[in-house]
Amino acid sequence: MDKAPITDHTNSAATNVVTQNDASDNWIDALKNQIGSGRITEQPDSDKLACIHWKVAANSWEIVAKEAHALNARWAAGWADHQLDHSGEVVIDQFSLFVLFVIRGRYVLVETQLENTQDDSLPEIASHSAFYPGASRCERHTSDMFGICFNKLDKSIDSRRWTRHQAWKEDEYPLRHGFPLEGHPRHRTPADGEYPFERIDGISVYEIPVGPIHAGVIEPGHFRFSAAGEDIIQLEQHLAYVHKGIEKLAVGRDPAALARLAGRVSGDSTVAHGWAACQAMESAAEIEIPERASALRGLLCERERVANHLGDIGAICNDVGFAFAHIQFGRLRELWQRRSQQLFKHRFMMDNVIPGGVVHDISEENATLLNSEISALIEHVSQLANILEDNASLMDRLVTTGYLSEQTARRFGALGYVARASGMDDDVRLHKPYPPYQDNPLNCPLLEQGDVASRLKIRVQEVVASLQFQRKLLRNLPEGPISMAFEAPVNTHGLGILEGWRGEIVTYVRFDHEGKIARFYPRDPSWFNWPCLQQIVKNNIVPDFPVCNKSVNGSYSGVDL
Amino acid sequence: MLRIVNTIFRTGTLSEEIAPLSDDEFEALGFEVKSALDKRFDGSLAIRSVDSGSCNGCELEVNALANPFYDLARFGVHMVASPRHADALLVTGVVSRHMQSALLRAVESTPKPKIIIAAGECACNGGEFGVSYASCGAVQNVLDVDVSIPGCPPTPTDLLRGILLAVSD
Repeated sequence: MDKAPITDHTNSAATNVVTQNDASDNWIDALKNQIGSGRITEQPDSDKLACIHWKVAANSWEIVAKEAHALNARWAAGWADHQLDHSGEVVIDQFSLFVLFVIRGRYVLVETQLENTQDDSLPEIASHSAFYPGASRCERHTSDMFGICFNKLDKSIDSRRWTRHQAWKEDEYPLRHGFPLEGHPRHRTPADGEYPFERIDGISVYEIPVGPIHAGVIEPGHFRFSAAGEDIIQLEQHLAYVHKGIEKLAVGRDPAALARLAGRVSGDSTVAHGWAACQAMESAAEIEIPERASALRGLLCERERVANHLGDIGAICNDVGFAFAHIQFGRLRELWQRRSQQLFKHRFMMDNVIPGGVVHDISEENATLLNSEISALIEHVSQLANILEDNASLMDRLVTTGYLSEQTARRFGALGYVARASGMDDDVRLHKPYPPYQDNPLNCPLLEQGDVASRLKIRVQEVVASLQFQRKLLRNLPEGPISMAFEAPVNTHGLGILEGWRGEIVTYVRFDHEGKIARFYPRDPSWFNWPCLQQIVKNNIVPDFPVCNKSVNGSYSGVDL
Repeated sequence: MLRIVNTIFRTGTLSEEIAPLSDDEFEALGFEVKSALDKRFDGSLAIRSVDSGSCNGCELEVNALANPFYDLARFGVHMVASPRHADALLVTGVVSRHMQSALLRAVESTPKPKIIIAAGECACNGGEFGVSYASCGAVQNVLDVDVSIPGCPPTPTDLLRGILLAVSD
């Protein structure tokens, strides 16, 4: 069991620097050698996907994960799609699988085509979850939505349903081509009461079921605690209560409508998800948006980061009864949102990112106004952060609480501030910079303590770093248009990869022969941070669950889809 | 400690009046509603918030109602942890099929008379998600709604207006 080492918190800050001759530069060549280059067919569409793209045979699927794991690559995303014939038409019930690996911004996308089954049985493929436990839920989602089995006979692989509750029949798979959007629902869908939770037996071990409706004003989901006395032995999450069929709803949409939908994958990340979808569509269309549009997207996304961190810092403190911080940070967040409303016509800047650019420009006058606000906010946040850190009774509740070791964070592929508070320095803005981060290097804080206090502190540091970045951006806003016409490409696909406020978002988009969306897969960072929370709360007391949960703040809607 | 007191002192009281609408009629209605709340609910209204399929945008704005700028509690309106303690349910999002039973159970657990408020575009008309294999669409498709608050998401001020409407009839 991971134990939190007690060290001095104040000295653990470090700053990331990208080193050019990093060993990770060659990892993809090493992976190719390990797998055997004869097994790999290189694909010519690396530009559109902004990463290397290989095809392998289905029987090489396991060795890909095994060798990537041996090279310490992160399993970044995995999804399925229909196979296409030569004219770009969907082949019914024939599927392809995609998996994305990465080391420090060097991504490789591996694709395989599932072999035909002789009878009506479901197609099968090797699971990656033995090497990458974080892949498990993504595979279970794919299994529920497409009817693909991962290591069906291997009992060590978790093959329980994940996204599937009781809204569609056992033999129905909503993302298959023939499944109608309206489905075949019953008048009242029963609750998923028979979900097979893992049980822990033993004297004095008891279970606490929580949810789906929680006591606070938060999203719904079920948590099953096994506890002995006050200590949590195990937490198991059962999510997908707000499954809205987003992937299916995307099919047939035009680019503008997809951007709107993507902006509602997770409301708190509306800019980031909207941008990721647009990035994917734009890379599929092989266009580069105007410089000013990129800069403004960067500004919007960083404003979103600041708003969410401000709210969460206050909420984390509130979960241990320190109302002062909740009020103060709530105040800063509200002022920030009001400015967004004034300048971008929406408190969350929803629907500001559109294919080809952004909707609202910013005047020189307002840029100056924002700059002075930013300087004041840096001052405010720094003052408040000092108060928090000097408050012994607050820190007593946060230091060593909810510890996540770097090893565990890596094992589950943790992202964003959860990873960066545990010494894992992944950040797309730093390692695979996209405009506007290419021209404006970012100070990226890193902490190693891995407890709630670190996840609080890293957010304070990320707020300051983000504000400094915004200031730089606003002082050097490129001239020119803020959008360009976007014409939907046909029979092609694209990938969007960027750093939202929760961490790396990966979005896959495929266009059909009419330029309509044929596949949309947004991978929120919460897919990996939720499983980390299950590890984080072990050996903590039940009353500390809320503060542990808030320090991670996974999105329900973002993974329920 | 002194720094905390000092910061509180410097920040001062932030709570502000509800942004006045252009017509005086609304303000007059607002006072009527306030007195209706005093009369019908003995001065306080307990709301249970249920997310039945939202993107979390609406929840952020419902939470904002508690920040020092809006401070909903000063009007006698407070959020409660159980539907059994609630006078009204504030439902956000479409009703996802996976949440349908949970929502209906929450409604059944709320003592009568109860007010059902549908908050946000999705809850009012299905929004971006509509009706599908995964979603029942608007709340009205599943149960009778008393008050609808449009907006994606509705602002805290929109929400407060909707709540006031809910207690005024």
